[in-house]
Amino acid sequence: MNEMSHYAIEKEKAPGKWALAGLALILPAAVLVLWQLLGQYGYISQLLFPTPYAIAASAVDLAASGELWQHIQISSLRALTGYALGGALGLAFGILIGQFRRAEKLLDPTIQMVRMIPSLAIIPLFILWFGIGEESKILIIAKSAFFPLYINTFLGIRNVDNKLYEVARVLEFSHYKRIVKLIVPAALPNIILGARLSAGLSWLGLVVAELIASTSGIGYMMSDARQFADTPVVFVGIFLFAILGLATDWLLTLLERRLLSWKDRFTG
Amino acid sequence: MGNALLEINQLNKSFGRSKNIVHALKDIELAIEEGELVTIIGPSGCGKSTLLRIIAGLDGEYTGKVTLAGEAIKGPGIDKGFIFQEHRLFPWLTVEKNIASDLSLSDKDVRRRVDELIELVKLKGFEKAYPKELSGGMAQRVAIARALLRNPKILLLDEPFGALDAFTRAHMQEVLLEIWRANKTTMIFVTHDIDEAVFLANRVIILKPRPGEISAVVPVELPYPRQKATPIFQSLRLQVLSRFEQTEEFAFTEGAGI
Repeated sequence: MNEMSHYAIEKEKAPGKWALAGLALILPAAVLVLWQLLGQYGYISQLLFPTPYAIAASAVDLAASGELWQHIQISSLRALTGYALGGALGLAFGILIGQFRRAEKLLDPTIQMVRMIPSLAIIPLFILWFGIGEESKILIIAKSAFFPLYINTFLGIRNVDNKLYEVARVLEFSHYKRIVKLIVPAALPNIILGARLSAGLSWLGLVVAELIASTSGIGYMMSDARQFADTPVVFVGIFLFAILGLATDWLLTLLERRLLSWKDRFTG
Repeated sequence: MGNALLEINQLNKSFGRSKNIVHALKDIELAIEEGELVTIIGPSGCGKSTLLRIIAGLDGEYTGKVTLAGEAIKGPGIDKGFIFQEHRLFPWLTVEKNIASDLSLSDKDVRRRVDELIELVKLKGFEKAYPKELSGGMAQRVAIARALLRNPKILLLDEPFGALDAFTRAHMQEVLLEIWRANKTTMIFVTHDIDEAVFLANRVIILKPRPGEISAVVPVELPYPRQKATPIFQSLRLQVLSRFEQTEEFAFTEGAGI
């Protein structure tokens, strides 16, 4: 008998979940350490660049007094309300305009025009109309959240496989079933992408609204601290936005994984 | 005129306009009785798929008369089940939800029928699988179940097993015959495989291309289940093959995808 040789397909060892998480932390951790060291040994101004330790200490103070939570709560509620309003409208218009060429010709040019107006430019108008109350802020956030969801929903629908439309015709789907069973699921990858981009822009809209005219919220906390040259608090605000934005995105990615488990795709 | 389930009179269809006109179908006359299983065979470009799509109501703009159960065909619908060459399942729905599609599985009647059909197409245990987890033959069986759930008057199959390997294909032919026996659904089956055409049909209709015309109709009176390796099957197969060669001006070679 010949000696059998065994070949195994060499498989690259897949990195574990924690190893991958660690990979993501290397860069920020290195930056923080470097920053702390530079500050501690006096290479950078403590006034302009308070050390991470000083920032953490001021965050702890703010948290202990309860002030921090209040601001977070107010800001999150605003961002969420604006996101829900703008996102829902973006989704609805995307579904409507994606389906009908006539609706596209009628509405899309106007929508694109509004998109080109910078949020900062409408704030004065909104303040005139609604005062510096909640309405103006929520509307600014809604405006930011509207467009990514609108555009991506529209694109997703226009990319639905025509062959599946044919199936829907053969099976006599009602108009409602066509939206629920065919159009929305088929466009879902794009819709979720839009939802993630919209969420990011919602936080951006929030900052703009709160920095300019507000008496509460994280943005207010930051502009207030700026006036008293309390740089660590400004940094606390910056980090808070980073964390909140990241957390929102993470939640949406979880949702994406759940909703798109049917997809057969390359995972890297 | 008899009272056939499907009647086609003087059907003509052409594509393109003025100079580049292509006569896709010419003077098609066809009557199909309830419970028949008819196969339509012909080389690529003979218009067999176009004919099927016209019956399904998916293609319009023809002249002539096409009636199903006495009524002119106005558009696609569940009374004309259609199986495409690709399975065309909704990738985001599980097997059972694909079969139900727009119907609700919480409806007791639908639930029971879906379970029966899953049994019939031999997919027990795969109810909750997504299309990406199915083989080509399994996916096509789901598509057939999806059409059958709607109790079509006629089931139209457009080269449904064309993309499957030889073994799966033979198995699917058996499954289809079993469904036909169990449900007595009238079927029109388009194929380019002579074996498949003879194995399945009561009648084989041969189309020739440019213009697409019916060149011969060969009745197959063999009892089911049929054996492909028997001399009688082979003689019928040769009969169809020779009809083919008679009407085709182009060189016919086996395995040329015809």
